[in-house]
Amino acid sequence: MNQALKTMVPVLETKNITMRFGGVVAVNDLSIQVNQGEIVALIGPNGAGKTTAFNVITGVYTPTSGDVLLKGESITGLLPDKITQKGVARTFQNIRLFKNLTVYENILIAKHLRFKADFMSATLQLPHARRMEKQMHTDTELLINRLGLQSVKNEIASSLPYGQQRHLEIARALATEPELLLLDEPAAGMNPQETDELTAFIREIKNEYNLTVFMIEHHMDLVMEISDRIYVLDFGVLIAEGNPDQVQNNPKVIEAYLGVEEDA
Amino acid sequence: MKKQYDKKRVVLNLILIAASVALLIYANENMSFYSKRIINLCAVYAIMGLSMNLINGFTGMFSLGSAGFMAIGAYAVAIFTVPVDVRAEVFYLQPMWPLIANIHIGFLPAMILGGFLSAIAAFLIGFPVLRLRGDYLAIATLGFSEIIRIAFTNLQTVTNGPLGIKYIPSFDEIWWPVGVAIVTTVFMFLLIKSTYGRAFKAIREDEIAAEAMGINLFKHKMLSFVISGFMAGMGGALMAGILGTIDPKQFLFTLTYNFLLIIVLGGMGSISGTIISSVIVTAGLEWLRIADEPMIMFGYHIPMFRPGFRMVVFSILLMAIVLFFSKGLMGTKELSWELLGNWYKRQRARFIKKDPSLKGGGSK
Repeated sequence: MNQALKTMVPVLETKNITMRFGGVVAVNDLSIQVNQGEIVALIGPNGAGKTTAFNVITGVYTPTSGDVLLKGESITGLLPDKITQKGVARTFQNIRLFKNLTVYENILIAKHLRFKADFMSATLQLPHARRMEKQMHTDTELLINRLGLQSVKNEIASSLPYGQQRHLEIARALATEPELLLLDEPAAGMNPQETDELTAFIREIKNEYNLTVFMIEHHMDLVMEISDRIYVLDFGVLIAEGNPDQVQNNPKVIEAYLGVEEDA
Repeated sequence: MKKQYDKKRVVLNLILIAASVALLIYANENMSFYSKRIINLCAVYAIMGLSMNLINGFTGMFSLGSAGFMAIGAYAVAIFTVPVDVRAEVFYLQPMWPLIANIHIGFLPAMILGGFLSAIAAFLIGFPVLRLRGDYLAIATLGFSEIIRIAFTNLQTVTNGPLGIKYIPSFDEIWWPVGVAIVTTVFMFLLIKSTYGRAFKAIREDEIAAEAMGINLFKHKMLSFVISGFMAGMGGALMAGILGTIDPKQFLFTLTYNFLLIIVLGGMGSISGTIISSVIVTAGLEWLRIADEPMIMFGYHIPMFRPGFRMVVFSILLMAIVLFFSKGLMGTKELSWELLGNWYKRQRARFIKKDPSLKGGGSK
């Protein structure tokens, strides 16, 4: 319980967000809160609106109504790049790496947003731009070594095995120096061993970089093991929340996943 | 060991630069007017290819507006460098607009003015069109390029309309075009090497991911579009300086396809590929002129050789190249000593495999 008291500073809050596409309500009146240092999972059956919720939070969509707050400041309607600059990084359900570039370049590019010189100073390599460029390279090297990617540093991103591509995508998100990391199905398509490795990896980076993690996931063993709290979404509506035990035993959740028993 | 390698590269680069300068001086002093004109055109096509490759090859936007931006640069030079006393003769249908009739500037300021006007046009056009993607962007930029051309056709008192402008002081030296081409190439190398160049490539690879990595899509696309517009303006200015006479018909959208051809052939996203293919296309088209002249072989007059046949031959050659090098000559690679060295080693290994007696460099 001491833990709970310590972590009550909200990093991300959504206040009654609704996202409508024409007649379809993908997310309906969703209010969630993710506190500093927590790992929170968002689960739900296919088509429940989980990724839409992520896209609203990261600025891909502007919500039809409602408000998204980052550390108490409204980020509703900002463009994705602005939100990333404010310290929210994400990965994608279907991996979106810069496929034809090397692992090193992929991470280096994620450092671009902290580059403060204009393009002319950068092109002409003026002293201050040169210094910043050097810093970017140092930081990238550091991150690559820290996350164990040095052996594939010069490989083309698309040539990596699937698990490592996921790994790289998280590394690239970390390179933007986020406080809040959003992971969209990080374990999708992974075998149990890879999933275990991923669980350890997420814990590790969370502690090392002082992150708050909010993730969508289908692998229940991963979710139950790693999450402090879980939100369950079904047809765009929040149907349950709580710690893993509470959620696992919630009849509504069981119903959403397994269906209702028909009356005989 | 790495240091030694760098040293070797510096020496090789110095030799290359010295050899190129010597060759250019020789070309400038001894070559005929015709050959120098071809060198100049190669340089202009290289600049235009780089300009187009920046948008299409590096930033991954499909833009077909080059001819329009080129026209702006060309007209800036044409309007402001024609000597004041011959202007009445050029503008004989309608006199020149009095406000600009007496403004005369040198070639260099006119060329830079052309670049800037073109960049401004790119900036203004960029606002509406850069929100489009793929084919839609191509159609919109193509449309704007035509709008620019048609505006020039109808601004009789400024551009002399469809009659065009003649008596532009032209040069037959190669220094202006080759000089600007070299500066543009170096600038492009540095730009692409910089973090902005990497941001452009990120947009090319995956817009959504680039945006999620904090790259402002609109700002970076605009930057790429404006720089490209500036280069195209400079290219157009040089074209006016080489030809000495221009008219709006030269800047039809078909001109853009020449540049598109160059970058596809050279490799979308390769600077050295663009330079190589601009020389191949420009010089190759000239060399193929033998196909346009009547050909008599074994006392028999071959009927196919007649004006226009070179374009057929050229197209067939192109198809062959595109079939066998589907990513262009260079792909997204750049020409470097390492690349040449590796290629040499590969070829050598192949020959040794065929004929083992070659091993040891024939010292046996």
